[in-house]
Amino acid sequence: MTEIAGKLFSWLNTRLPIVNTFERHLSKHPVPSKVNFWYLFGALAAVTLIIQIVTGIWLIMPYSNTEEQAFSSIEYIMRDVDYGWVIRYMHTTGASLFFAVVYLHMFRGLLYGSYQKPKELVWIFGCTIYLAMMAEGFLGYVLPYGQMSYWGAQVIISLFGAIPYIGESLELWVRGDYYISGITVSRFFALHVVALPLVLIALVFLHLVALHEVGAGNPEGVDIEEFLDDDGVPLDSVPFFPYKVLNALVAIGVFMTVFSIIMFFFPEGGGYFIEMANFEEANPLVTPDHIAPVWYYAPFYTMLRAIPDPLGGLIVMAAGVAIFFIVPWLDRSKVASIRYKGIYSKIAITLFGVSFLTLGYLGTVGVTEVRKTMSVVCTVIYFAYFLLMPIYTKYETTKEVPDRL
Amino acid sequence: MQEKDKTRRKVLIGLTSAVGLSGIPFAATPFIAAWNPSAKAKAAGAPVKLDVSKMQFGQQIQVAWRKQPVFIVRHTKESLATLDLSVPKLADPNSDLIEEPYKGLNPSRSKDPGYSVFSGVCTHLGCAPKYFPEVEPKPWDATWNGGFFCPCHGSMFDIVGRVFKGVPASTNLLVPPHMFDGSILTIGEDREL
Repeated sequence: MTEIAGKLFSWLNTRLPIVNTFERHLSKHPVPSKVNFWYLFGALAAVTLIIQIVTGIWLIMPYSNTEEQAFSSIEYIMRDVDYGWVIRYMHTTGASLFFAVVYLHMFRGLLYGSYQKPKELVWIFGCTIYLAMMAEGFLGYVLPYGQMSYWGAQVIISLFGAIPYIGESLELWVRGDYYISGITVSRFFALHVVALPLVLIALVFLHLVALHEVGAGNPEGVDIEEFLDDDGVPLDSVPFFPYKVLNALVAIGVFMTVFSIIMFFFPEGGGYFIEMANFEEANPLVTPDHIAPVWYYAPFYTMLRAIPDPLGGLIVMAAGVAIFFIVPWLDRSKVASIRYKGIYSKIAITLFGVSFLTLGYLGTVGVTEVRKTMSVVCTVIYFAYFLLMPIYTKYETTKEVPDRL
Repeated sequence: MQEKDKTRRKVLIGLTSAVGLSGIPFAATPFIAAWNPSAKAKAAGAPVKLDVSKMQFGQQIQVAWRKQPVFIVRHTKESLATLDLSVPKLADPNSDLIEEPYKGLNPSRSKDPGYSVFSGVCTHLGCAPKYFPEVEPKPWDATWNGGFFCPCHGSMFDIVGRVFKGVPASTNLLVPPHMFDGSILTIGEDREL
């Protein structure tokens, strides 16, 4: 029996590089021997992506993408489909936690210089994944066709209207109707379940291929490729299996616990994961008293609101996302990790973190004069972190990085 | 390969690519055009008619045209008299910044001086402003003369839909084409335009 299996496997392996690929990218793939918890969020993001794809496929089955039935089909999933509620809440919780782990993953990148040469492309693919996720999340939020789906989409689609000359016709073209109708919902559905997932999966593949080509970083910013053993394997590395796999499994266990607590006990996340207004069917004639985005868009929404002119707001918001792409060329520091950077970098990243969280908070609450001023101040700090980076990283005193991990 | 052949090959590659590329716009046309409003969507966006004579003075109603709210206000003599009072607060009292079909025709900005007809879509980000006709201090304006307040981002408009200075919305609420046939108001069509 084992002989037949062995023959079959070797037949396969001579035709498909199974063992090679498995060893090169999984079992024997060398990773830095010393990293910290910040290096776990990539794996968690991958797990969440799989959860989103599986639950997404199951949600497509009972969902109806028409104006008349979109909202009621969600209620049908929640009430009539066996375990439908758990699959839907898994998807909504997954969406929020996907963003949570990706934000932490990105912050890790900023902390430890994970974008520095030669990892620029890994970073750029990552930023593109984040951009695709934002689009994916927005499209998905419109599908239940609740009040917040409708009015959130109204705000976002009218951003296109702020573009000079072509704005209005572009809006009409995106909606395919004079308002956000079943026509809009069904095209968003197609993009949400087919087009963008394909793009996301392709980008994740490229992100990983590029990462495996240049090798993972570490919190010390030490280049482990400098000292190799006789087989050409870095001395300060361990094979992915079992060292990283078991580490990741513990992290996944903790993550799943948090995930389950939210999914079973706080699926709406206090109105931050699913907003209360979205439990009402879309009504184009009645605006909810308070329109706020889900928490993961809130920082950028605040930037949009901080600028009185719609086109200016759109530009600032888009720049807020786009600026991540050029970080590899903004950082002029000799060292990668915040541990060895100077005091200016430490102050800058702290201020950046605080301003990002404040922007996030401001995006979920109503507007007052004080908050408006705070939005402007935080937006300025946010951009200053990036735009002043070439200066403060170049002219600060850095510490000497050790040769070995 | 000879130099002459290399040049020939380059020219041929260039020509073939150019012909091939010229097909892209043609191939893209159906995919782009399929996103335009369909014939059905256009038909559903046809004009709406209603009788406005039953409205109370000072009352505001909204009707849906293309599923978008259109506000109709029946003005009282008193409220029309306050229109000039709010002019100093307004960003664009004469609607110079937008294309207005009935500019300068009536203070009410519509075809009938007793009514105003304008879109209920805030010119900031598309929310629906709410009607607060009372002349009394409001949290957003201590000298409120009645008008519309947008709950989303705090834009303010007077009772004929003209935008205030210093609010997120930059232009007045748009006036859709409309016509009165006696007391029958048609929104979305004006044969005189």
